[in-house]
Amino acid sequence: MKRIGLIFLLLMSHTVLAEALYPFDNAKKTAQFQGLLKELRCLVCQNQDLNDSHAPLAIDLKNEVYRLVQEGKSDDEIIRYLTARYGDFILFKPPVKSATYILWFAPFVFLLLGFALLMMRVRRE
Amino acid sequence: MNKQYIMAVLPTFIFMALVFFFWRGLSLDPAHVPSSRLDQKLPHFSLPRLGEDATLVSSTELVGKPIALHVFASWCSTCATEPVFLRHLKQAGVHLVGLNYKDTREDATRWLSTWGNPYELILSDEQGRVGIDLGVYGTPETFFIDKEGIIRERYVGPITEDVWEQNLKSKWEQLQ
Repeated sequence: MKRIGLIFLLLMSHTVLAEALYPFDNAKKTAQFQGLLKELRCLVCQNQDLNDSHAPLAIDLKNEVYRLVQEGKSDDEIIRYLTARYGDFILFKPPVKSATYILWFAPFVFLLLGFALLMMRVRRE
Repeated sequence: MNKQYIMAVLPTFIFMALVFFFWRGLSLDPAHVPSSRLDQKLPHFSLPRLGEDATLVSSTELVGKPIALHVFASWCSTCATEPVFLRHLKQAGVHLVGLNYKDTREDATRWLSTWGNPYELILSDEQGRVGIDLGVYGTPETFFIDKEGIIRERYVGPITEDVWEQNLKSKWEQLQ
């Protein structure tokens, strides 16, 4: 029982620690901060998000996001601030824009194409 | 007949297209992040000269002639390979401005006396705030800024003679 409690504590410590390091006066901002950190890529260790990374640059960027959230900036404003500096690459999810239409819509086009081919075959038989 | 023929060669074409994309994917370097600051004005900043906290240099003072803003730090081991060649560039008339990134005055001064100082001017960005404004994600990084103060080129990685001759020299000469 004691061991389970310890494991639980260890699992929780991540969030608790984050809240102790980056205190907010309301839960909404805490949630916004946590949410943003998961969407943002650490540019030094590229497959980690900012939340998980302890690279010096990731810590700087985390502090920057903290400051902006504290100032009451919206998600959009914060993301615009960061992409102006680091480009879309800092986002794990690429934004929908003319350069990424193929990326976003090609799967649906292929799905429709496959469906059309299937229909053609079925109808012929 | 015709249809059979198409069905026979189709897999080969699909295979070739896949090989093309995978081959291209292998040669892409994910560590190479394009700068989103290209063709934009140098973000405004005001930083002390290294070792002289009292003299602040504003980014507007850098405008007027093309400069190469070189981001370096004493903790960056790759940076130590550069000063010898950078001194050549300085002699060749390249205006090198150093941005000492997330470093302390003591470490930076010791580093410069060890490896030599190739810069005309060194600005100290101890907190790395200007680094964030420039989108710096790893040292060394080099920004070419034209005489109007527009960022025209960003190079990530150490500048060697090969890199300069192949990638950067022509771009630098365009700024003149």
